[in-house]
Amino acid sequence: MPSLPSSGVEASIWRRRSVKGDLLAWGAWLVVVLATMLSFRTISDATIWDFVWDAPTQGADLLARAVPPRWEYAGVLWKPLWDTVNMASLGTLVAMALGVPVAVLAARNTTPSVTLVRPLALLVIVASRSINSLIWALLLVVIIGPGPLAGTIAIALRSVGFVGKLLYEAIEEIDRAQVEATEATGASPAQVLAWSIAPQVAPTIAGIGVFRWDINIREATVLGLVGAGGIGLQLEASVATLAWPQVSVILLLILATVIVSEWVSAQVRRAIT
Amino acid sequence: MSDRSLDRLAVLEVARLSKRYPTGDLALREVDLRVDRGEVVALIGPSGAGKSTLIRCVNQLVQPTSGVVRLDGTEVTGLGSRALRRARRRMGMIFQEYALIERLTVMENALSGRLGYVGFWRSWFRRFPMSDVAEAFALLDRVGLADMANKRADALSGGQRQRVGIVRALMQRPELLLVDEPTASLDPKTSRQIMRLILELCAERGLAAIINIHDVALARQFAMRIVGLRSGAIVFDGAPGSLDAAALTSIYGVEDWSATLGQGAKDAKEDRSPQRGTLPDVERLAGLA
Amino acid sequence: MSASQPTAEAHTALAAQWRPPPLIASPVLRWSLILGGLAWLVAALVFMEINWARAAEGWARGVRFMAAFLPPDFISKSDDIAEGLLESVTMTVVSTVLGLALSVPVAVGAARNLAPRPIYLACRSILVVSRTFQEVLVAILFVAMFGFGPLAGTLTLAFATVGFVGKLLAEDIEATDPAQLEAMRATGGSWLQALTWGILPQVKPRLLGLSLYRVDINFRESAVLGIVGAGGIGATLNTSLDRYEFDTAAAILLLIILIVMACEYASGVIRKAAL
Repeated sequence: MPSLPSSGVEASIWRRRSVKGDLLAWGAWLVVVLATMLSFRTISDATIWDFVWDAPTQGADLLARAVPPRWEYAGVLWKPLWDTVNMASLGTLVAMALGVPVAVLAARNTTPSVTLVRPLALLVIVASRSINSLIWALLLVVIIGPGPLAGTIAIALRSVGFVGKLLYEAIEEIDRAQVEATEATGASPAQVLAWSIAPQVAPTIAGIGVFRWDINIREATVLGLVGAGGIGLQLEASVATLAWPQVSVILLLILATVIVSEWVSAQVRRAIT
Repeated sequence: MSDRSLDRLAVLEVARLSKRYPTGDLALREVDLRVDRGEVVALIGPSGAGKSTLIRCVNQLVQPTSGVVRLDGTEVTGLGSRALRRARRRMGMIFQEYALIERLTVMENALSGRLGYVGFWRSWFRRFPMSDVAEAFALLDRVGLADMANKRADALSGGQRQRVGIVRALMQRPELLLVDEPTASLDPKTSRQIMRLILELCAERGLAAIINIHDVALARQFAMRIVGLRSGAIVFDGAPGSLDAAALTSIYGVEDWSATLGQGAKDAKEDRSPQRGTLPDVERLAGLA
Repeated sequence: MSASQPTAEAHTALAAQWRPPPLIASPVLRWSLILGGLAWLVAALVFMEINWARAAEGWARGVRFMAAFLPPDFISKSDDIAEGLLESVTMTVVSTVLGLALSVPVAVGAARNLAPRPIYLACRSILVVSRTFQEVLVAILFVAMFGFGPLAGTLTLAFATVGFVGKLLAEDIEATDPAQLEAMRATGGSWLQALTWGILPQVKPRLLGLSLYRVDINFRESAVLGIVGAGGIGATLNTSLDRYEFDTAAAILLLIILIVMACEYASGVIRKAAL
């Protein structure tokens, strides 16, 4: 560790960065501060500040009305909760089935064509990742009608990109030597994939799947807001009718579900590695 | 390469082979090399001399820029992918860092040497012909790993892994072994055991081999013929006995070689003499080189 | 092969017995997992009450919709789109800066090696709550509290940023080399000096990486918060879908994808320049 700046003479001589680096760093900070101030002004213009100053009262009021939770409402929620978990789980399964081949096509070392297929696969990945599952759900409800099927497909479409991105990066980092050794036996490309690449990324695939499943449980809780099935539908109805004691039951149930899923996911990931 | 009458014996012919990498580095310059049936050639040279590139050009893991590689008279360079795979089956390769599939078992690694002979789905479900599995057991027994068949490769020691690597290469029933720095990751004792094993197996099966090796003493001790590579060109080709200080200087540059040469000679006397008795072919083939 | 006849027979016998190794060693566990998984799959598909007729019809509808999406129309609602995008971008900037500013103290508080137990527990529970609830759920509550508009969305994203960056940063701080912190304390510096000299240099690259990643996420999320009235391009998108203006919706989706790609590219450049 170099000397602390408070040590007298040295501090006036020793500099952490070059002058150019200093300027760049300060310039970057300046840009961030200016951008933030300008952005805040735009937001501020679109805000009714009276409501905001009233927010603590509103919040206290909401809380007061939400407690005690209407526990008997939970009886109605088991089916939507089951749907929510199923949408997340089936959606993740479908996403894995689609995402693994996409990753193989996108990885530089496994793609059949770097100039043609790889950009296409990367486009699929970025498109899927850019668009939130709620937007996918919005589109799918229009196309195939409301219900958990739309939610499942929405989850799957959003997750394909996630699975594809993480997996293709993992494939690009595998040990080349094992691939070379398999190629040297006269194995076909499909055999090289199955015998030297698949074993190397198998734990990663399982890890990504469980990780995404955990995220998808959260995502699935809101899809009902746009009619794509699951507990979000009940939430939407309760908020619309200002039934806050029901809202608190729903939120607590979601909290419990997410904590359980996170625990399961952590256990599985530990078992894999 | 001039002696036409001996062509029948050549298992590998490399003619005017050059390789330029996309970075512009010229790794091989018009290399000519010929390896006869049952001949074990050690390829020595400083790092970056092109040893690795040369043996990878033989089985086309690296595409040569120009030149010809002939295996048993048929040209390997320029083969279509299917025909190339068939040619690769006849060349077993052994790697520096073993290059085993770490997460698969020893048996699966051994069987992977047969991948070129079975279809995809058979290999996917591990339904190899019984004779292949029996051969794998026999070879594992031969290299002293009979009890390890169902252990995972990453549970093995370095020496054991390299034995699995050897079994995998032999499972191909090759005519030629390409061996890339087989002992670079091993301690001196294990290195000698592995080299001896490779030599014994080559003799048992009449296999030819090209062994990249940076340890000159090991090369002198075990090979029948030594080829020295420097900056992508062959600068020495002869019997281990003729590799003197002048030759080493031409390969590696100026250095005091007396210790290297002395050690090699001593080791050779201790290690080689009993082996020679069991290998009647060695003398004859060494003479041909 | 020089093996004698009896050993060859032994090898054949071994080969006959050999089976490829199963993924799960215990047969009871293996079969219960397989059967349990199949049972769940069937139950899930049955309970999903998929209206196959409607779904099949969906194909035809889907094709019609796809046609309606093309060509994307950037022009007719260009004012709305520009306004929505600007709002999304401003929300992204403010929420990321605010979220990062808040997440650093929370992360320090949630690091077991730095914080006293009560503070540790308090900060950890903030992180758990923030990470549990999907942004849209938080946005619903914030809209109820702060009124409609981008401020509710901004606060939502800032809150989510605290959960995301705070947790990963806390884990990073816990994994730092204690020797450097000790060394800084040994020089007689204050707690804050020890923090900035002993910990910050170790976690700085990670912090920068997380911030850039979070910019990306916040932009993508800002595109949905409009659905519940919390501002951003999502409101424009929702309106265009409600009005069956699919060509405008397609234009918005394309713009979102383009901006995310630009963000990813820029963060790659910044990461390379800064590290």
